[in-house]
Amino acid sequence: MDSTLLWTAFFVIATFGLYIGIAVWARAGSTDEFYVAGHDVPPMFNGMATAADWMSAASFLSMAGIIAFSGYDGSVYLMGWTGGYVLLALLLAPYLRKFGKFTVPDFVGDRYYSQAARIVAVICALFISFTYIAGQMRGVGIAFSNFLHVPIEVGVIVGAIIVLFYAVLGGMKGITYTQVAQYCVLIFAFMVPAIFLSLQITGTPIPQLGFIGNAENGTPLLLNLDRTLVDLGFQPYTEGLKSKLDVFAIALALMVGTAGLPHVIIRFFTVPKASDARKSAGWALVFIAVLYTTAPAVAVFARSNFIDTVNESTYSVEAARGEIPAADLPEGSTPGWFYNWERTGLLGFTDHNGDGRIQYRADPATNEVTTLDRDIFVLANPEIGNLPGWVIGLVVAGGLAAALSTAAGLLMVISSAVSHDLCKKVLVPGMSEKQELLVARSAAVAAVLIAILAGIYPPGFVAAVVAFAFGLAAASFFPVIFLGIFWKRMNKEGAIAGMSTGLLMTGAYIVHFKIGFSSVVLGVLAVILAIAAAILFLGTRQEGKSTPALMYSAGGLALVGLLGLIGVLPNIPMGTTDQWFLGISPEGFGTVGMFFSFAVATAVALATKTPPQDVQDMVEDIRIPSIRAHPVHGNAPAE
Amino acid sequence: MTDIMDTNTPHQTEDHDVTEDVTKAYWRENLTLMGILLSIWFAVSFGAGILARDWLDQFSIGGAPLGFWFAQQGAIFVFVALIFVYSFRMHQIEKKYGMDDDND
Repeated sequence: MDSTLLWTAFFVIATFGLYIGIAVWARAGSTDEFYVAGHDVPPMFNGMATAADWMSAASFLSMAGIIAFSGYDGSVYLMGWTGGYVLLALLLAPYLRKFGKFTVPDFVGDRYYSQAARIVAVICALFISFTYIAGQMRGVGIAFSNFLHVPIEVGVIVGAIIVLFYAVLGGMKGITYTQVAQYCVLIFAFMVPAIFLSLQITGTPIPQLGFIGNAENGTPLLLNLDRTLVDLGFQPYTEGLKSKLDVFAIALALMVGTAGLPHVIIRFFTVPKASDARKSAGWALVFIAVLYTTAPAVAVFARSNFIDTVNESTYSVEAARGEIPAADLPEGSTPGWFYNWERTGLLGFTDHNGDGRIQYRADPATNEVTTLDRDIFVLANPEIGNLPGWVIGLVVAGGLAAALSTAAGLLMVISSAVSHDLCKKVLVPGMSEKQELLVARSAAVAAVLIAILAGIYPPGFVAAVVAFAFGLAAASFFPVIFLGIFWKRMNKEGAIAGMSTGLLMTGAYIVHFKIGFSSVVLGVLAVILAIAAAILFLGTRQEGKSTPALMYSAGGLALVGLLGLIGVLPNIPMGTTDQWFLGISPEGFGTVGMFFSFAVATAVALATKTPPQDVQDMVEDIRIPSIRAHPVHGNAPAE
Repeated sequence: MTDIMDTNTPHQTEDHDVTEDVTKAYWRENLTLMGILLSIWFAVSFGAGILARDWLDQFSIGGAPLGFWFAQQGAIFVFVALIFVYSFRMHQIEKKYGMDDDND
C-alpha cells in the first residue's frame, strides 16, 4: 500500500493546489461577484459547477454501495436526486433568475413583502445548510484518516481551511470555478474504475450497457445476481422491501426537496439571463446523470463480483499478515484487496464455522463477513479491476473533491443568509457594500469554525441529514416559491402559514422518528425558536410593526430552552416504525408536509386580502424573460 | 454594412411594449408545454418506475426487467431530454411573442 499512499498524497496535494490557484485567480471585489459571481457564468460551466455542488461525498462514495445493498429500493435516490432538476428547470430556475437578486430569502422576502417571511426563510436556509455541511466535513475527515493515516480531526481541519480559503477569497466566483475543476476530478475518478470493472465483468466498456448486459456465463447479469442472492438468503436484487407508497413518497420528497434546496437554487443566480438558467439546469443534469446512471451499474458489478470472488473463498492468514503476496495465492483464495481493506476496518471476517473459508450469507448467525462498509464498493473498485495504485489515489482525491465542492456551496448559502438577508435586509439596512462584504467573509469564517466542530464531534442529527435537508426544503421552500411564481393571488399571510406548517409538521415527524424528543432536543428547539423570535422582534422594529409580545416570548422560550438543556423537561421516547403515518418513512414525509403546506397556504391566502398591486406586477414581470426593470416593494435600493 | 445594420434595427423593440393579450397567450403556451413535459416526467418515474413497475417487469430491455430499468436508468435519461426540449421549445415560444432575452 506504500506506493498507493504516495500517489494518494500526490493527488490530494496536487488537486488542493489547483483549487487554491483558482481561488487566487478568481478573487471577488464586489457583493455582486461575491454572491452571484457577477451574473456572468456561462451556462455549461454553471451546469458543471452545479453538478459538483450537488454531488456530495455521499453521492460519490456511498450511493453505489447503498444501491448495491438495497437493490430496487435504491432507485428512490437515483430518481429522486435527478428528477428534481426537471422541476427546477421548468418551474423555478428561469423565474428566480429573472427576479435577479442574490438569495432565496431575498425572493421570499420581496415577493411576500414581509420581513417575517424573510426571517423564516433565513432560518430554514441556515438549518438545512448546517445539517448538510456537518456531514460533508465528517466525510473529509474520514477520507483523510482512512487513506493518509492522519487523525480525523486533522483531516477535518485541513479540508475546512482549503474550503475557507477559496470561499472567503473568491466568494461565489471562486467557488464556481473551483467546482468546475472539482467536477472534472471527481467524474474522472469515478468513471475510470467503473469502465474497467464493466470491461472485466461484462466485456463492454460502457457501464450503462453492462448494467443490462450478460455475465460471463451468458445469462443476464441482473438475473444472475437475483438468483445468487436468493440462494444466499437475501432479497432478490430487483425487488425491494419498502412499500410502494413509501417509495413514491421518498422519491417525490427528494425531487421536490432538490428543487427547493437553497445551495442548488443560488447556482442559477450566477448565469447571465433567464434562458441561460434553463440551459444550465439541462447541463447540470447531464453532468449529474453521467455519475447517476453509472452508480447503479457499479452497484450491480460490485455486488456480483463481491459474491463471486469472496464467497466460499479460502482465507489466507499469511496473506492477511502480509507474509506472502496475495498474487501468489492459489485459485479459489480470497482476493488480495480483501486483506488490504480488512486492515482499514471497512471489511471484517470472522470464521464462525472454522472451515477457513468465507461464507457470505443474509442470516447473521452464519454470515462470516461481519463488517461490510457500504463505501467499500466504490473504494475497492480500482483494486478489483486490477488497476495500478495511482487510481486509488485518484478516487480519494475524487471523494474529497465531491465533499469540498458541496461544503463550499453550502458555506455560500450560510454566508449570504447572514450578511445579506439578516444583516443588510433586516438588522442594519444602512450597511455599505464594503461592510456587507466584510460581514459576508466573517460569516463564512464563523460557519467554517462551526462546521469543523460539527465534523469532529458529529451531533446526532447529522445522521438524519437526508430526511432533514430534503424534507424541510420540500415542505417549506418549494411550495412558497412555486406559488409565488405561478399564483399572483398568493399573499404574505398564506406564505407564512404555509411555510410554518410544512416546517413544523415535517420537522416534528423527523425528530420524533429519527432522534426522539428528549429534554435536550426540546431545549435546543426552544433556543432556536427564541433566537428566531428575537430576530423577528429586532427586524420588524424598524417598520414600526413590532410588538413587545415577541420579545417576551423570546425570553420565555430561552428559559424553556435552558430547562431542556439541563435535562428537566420530559423525555418523549422515539417513535417506532410501526407507528409511521400510512407507513411513510421520515425520508418520505416531506411529501406529506408539502401537500399540507400547499393546502394551508392556499386556504389562508384565499381567506385574506390580495397582495399589493406592485407585487402582482413584479410576478407578471418575472414571468417574461425580456422585460428587465421591475418594481420591488419596500425600501430596497436599486442595485 | 450600413444596410445590414438598418434592416436589423426595426426588430429591436427598445421598451418591449407587450400588451396584456400577448402576455396571456404567451403564458398559456408556456403552461401547456410545461403540463405536457411534467406529465412525461411523472409517467417515466412515478409511473413506469414505481406504480406500473410490476406490470412492466414482464418486458425486458437487454437483460434488465423494464420497470426496474426505468427506475434505475431510463427515467434519468428522459429527465435530461425533457429539460433540453423545454429549453429549446420555450426559446421558440418566446421568440414568437417577441419576449426572448437574446439581446439582453
